[in-house]
Amino acid sequence: MLPPVVGVLFDGFAYGMLLFLLSVGQSVTLGMMNFINLAHCAFAMLGGYVAVILVNDFGWPFFAVLPVAFAAAAVVSIGFERALYRPLYKATDLDQVLLTIGITFMSVAVAAYVFTTAQQPIQLPSYLRQSIEVLGLRLAVYRLILIAMSLVITGVLVAALEYTRFGAQVRASVDNARMARGLGIDVDRTFAITFALGSGLAGLGGALAIEIVGLDPSFAFTYLVYVLIVVSVGGLGSIRGSFAAAAVLGISDIAGKYYVPQVGAFLIYLVMISLLMWRPTGLFGRR
Amino acid sequence: MAVADTAQSPRVYLRHLSRWRGIEIAFWLATLVPFILLPNYLSLASQIAITALFALSLDLILGYAGIVSLGHAAFFGIGAYTAGLISAKLGWGEPLTGLLAAALIAGLAGYATSFIIARFRHLALIMLTLGFGLLLAELANSAGWLTGGVDGLQGIRMWPLLGVFKFDLYGYTAYSYGLAVLFVVFLGARRLIHSPFGLALRGIRENWLRMPAIGADSRAHIRTIYTIAAAIAGVAGALLAQTTETVSLDSLGFERSAEVVVMLVLGGAGRLYGGLIGAAIFMVARDQFSGIAPQYWYFWIGALLVAVVMFLPNGILGGLSKILARWGYR
Amino acid sequence: MSAIALSTRGLSKSFGSLVVARDIELELPVGARYALIGPNGAGKTTLINLMTGMLAPNAGRIFLGEEDITALEPQDRVRRGLARTFQINTLFAGLNALEAVTLAVCERRGISGEFWRNVAAHGEAVDEAYDILVKLRLGDSCYQPTRELPYGRQRLLEIALALATRPRVLLLDEPAAGVPHEESGEIFEVVAGLSNNLTLLFIEHDMHVVFRFATHIIVLVGGGVFTQGSPKEIAADPGVREVYLGTRKHG
Repeated sequence: MLPPVVGVLFDGFAYGMLLFLLSVGQSVTLGMMNFINLAHCAFAMLGGYVAVILVNDFGWPFFAVLPVAFAAAAVVSIGFERALYRPLYKATDLDQVLLTIGITFMSVAVAAYVFTTAQQPIQLPSYLRQSIEVLGLRLAVYRLILIAMSLVITGVLVAALEYTRFGAQVRASVDNARMARGLGIDVDRTFAITFALGSGLAGLGGALAIEIVGLDPSFAFTYLVYVLIVVSVGGLGSIRGSFAAAAVLGISDIAGKYYVPQVGAFLIYLVMISLLMWRPTGLFGRR
Repeated sequence: MAVADTAQSPRVYLRHLSRWRGIEIAFWLATLVPFILLPNYLSLASQIAITALFALSLDLILGYAGIVSLGHAAFFGIGAYTAGLISAKLGWGEPLTGLLAAALIAGLAGYATSFIIARFRHLALIMLTLGFGLLLAELANSAGWLTGGVDGLQGIRMWPLLGVFKFDLYGYTAYSYGLAVLFVVFLGARRLIHSPFGLALRGIRENWLRMPAIGADSRAHIRTIYTIAAAIAGVAGALLAQTTETVSLDSLGFERSAEVVVMLVLGGAGRLYGGLIGAAIFMVARDQFSGIAPQYWYFWIGALLVAVVMFLPNGILGGLSKILARWGYR
Repeated sequence: MSAIALSTRGLSKSFGSLVVARDIELELPVGARYALIGPNGAGKTTLINLMTGMLAPNAGRIFLGEEDITALEPQDRVRRGLARTFQINTLFAGLNALEAVTLAVCERRGISGEFWRNVAAHGEAVDEAYDILVKLRLGDSCYQPTRELPYGRQRLLEIALALATRPRVLLLDEPAAGVPHEESGEIFEVVAGLSNNLTLLFIEHDMHVVFRFATHIIVLVGGGVFTQGSPKEIAADPGVREVYLGTRKHG
């Protein structure tokens, strides 16, 4: 018989995996170009709403919708990158923050206008809403699938980074963009592709998040804070860092809310502040 | 293009840079207009004065020292709750001492956090300011016994200002009070900007790396200005508590922190008047559009931010000064 | 035996497996005019960063005169008399030259914490700044914002900022870098005119300049001191020629 704490850990880890999907793109692109993109979760929100429309209104099967959510977010992000972000790569932190917050405000307003501010439920097939019993603990099937998918994606990302040529270009660009350019790597193109992939993953995360945390226009801001926490704690440009930070934060948040609900809400901020003070460039950050 | 005569001696030139310009005097005279022409808007005017003071405090750290803070409302809220609690829980309703107490407590909070803030830059710094702000907001929410929680602080009763001027419904006292405090603090800030310390702050903003190379202890400077800015933000919060006789959780929420950044950037950071102008425009616009649903408001604020960053990076004042410079005015 | 102004003992630094400073032992006597040369990537700027405290060494010690400054923060080293200029202009773009140098002077005088009186009221500091600017031939353009100054002037301002700290030892990182040949003479005349009590170490690629101004040359290769000696010795050294100078002769 497994003790209930394992259930809490399981839920926390699943939540952490969701945070990981939402954050990994942000971490790599921040590490590569030092571009602070606070509109990242607006792309996640887009993925979520795309999923909602396709499943609820068009009756698509849930798993078919996920790649579309990914693609939609990726494609839209390319447009933004070309038009608005590229001119600001060398701009000040403040300008980047303001531009991307402005985009987020606009997307939140559009979402509220089109979809209203109500929570969007998503009609999942019944087998996804069940739980199975493992060693005396009821584990939700949905969360199991979420964890499995995230682990597979992490594996694919890490393998791609290590073993493909594109991965090598990404690693070089993150490590030292100037030198990478000197070696003939097209850093801008590498960045654009990575950015699209990262935004796509956020879109996927947004679609997967609906069942766990719900979807409404405030998603773009609420989860932005968590993503920023994961990224700054995990260290810019590090997949391992994002994974570790997301797992730790996911578990702390769920465990905190479960065991010490009075403190629970701000435990996550305390953890972030303490970790940042100990390691300002993140757990796995450089320098 | 400098119109200053290069035959001027250096001391005279530097003093010339800090002289009072006609347009500044016009600005301050214009702040008296609501008394005469817009008596129905005195309450709004007093809110603008308070917000302008808050924006001024942010300008000192963001516009002059280059610290991007997404949690500055923490000090505003601390000031507001301090002034509110002194009246509500301790029964002391004298306004000016309440202001001083708020400045002191908020300043202390600023001083304490400045040790951490001064050690970081870029994303870590933004995250820390954000984290502190959110943390404080959560704490205030949970400490309902102290703050009144979601319902807000009740029972604030202010005594007449200077023993004579009661806070009435029309807002004469409130606006006079707010405007006077704003002006006095502004004068102090203006002196600071034109002092050697102000020059050091601009040095930090212009080139962080060069400062240690000229023997400057940037961290000490940042700690000082952060403390001062926190105290001023606390004064602004106290003014809000005293003139409206309420304090609620949104005085230290993220929205307030974000709004003041928007206002400052809109007006133009690093010019001392940018925050004042940005606050005025923002608050008037919000008052005019208050009938419209919030989503529209957010859409246009977002669009405005994007427009400012893409086309008017130094805010309204920056754009204006570029135009004026073309006409040879310095 | 002249006093030693700046010395390093066994100074080493590596980033993982990349060694950028290899057991460097240097001694600069007071009033020296030493040149630091070496191929690109040899670690010359890194050495200056180590000496000024912008980079922390993995091993070794740095001495300013008799004092061990290895553990000191960069600004504390400047206060004790060790200043440097940057290879790439690291200036206060939005300040004008007068404001920038006045700032440096105020920092040195310890009055940069003063927030009540106008800068102009600190007349002596302003005058001192202006004098430095005039000496560096920047007097007539000192009211222009730094970003509007021509490149050669900006390089002079780099030096002015360093001089405002009244250093005993000045490390110049390619002072004439990027300046067209006709203008670089002015910069070096300024450098030559500096007091004999001031100890200079300058990084330079232009061999004409090196042989004209340096009394002693240190050759850095791959993070380590390859050799050092008088200009004649270095010019005659076949190893140096091979590694750096090419086959042209100097004398």
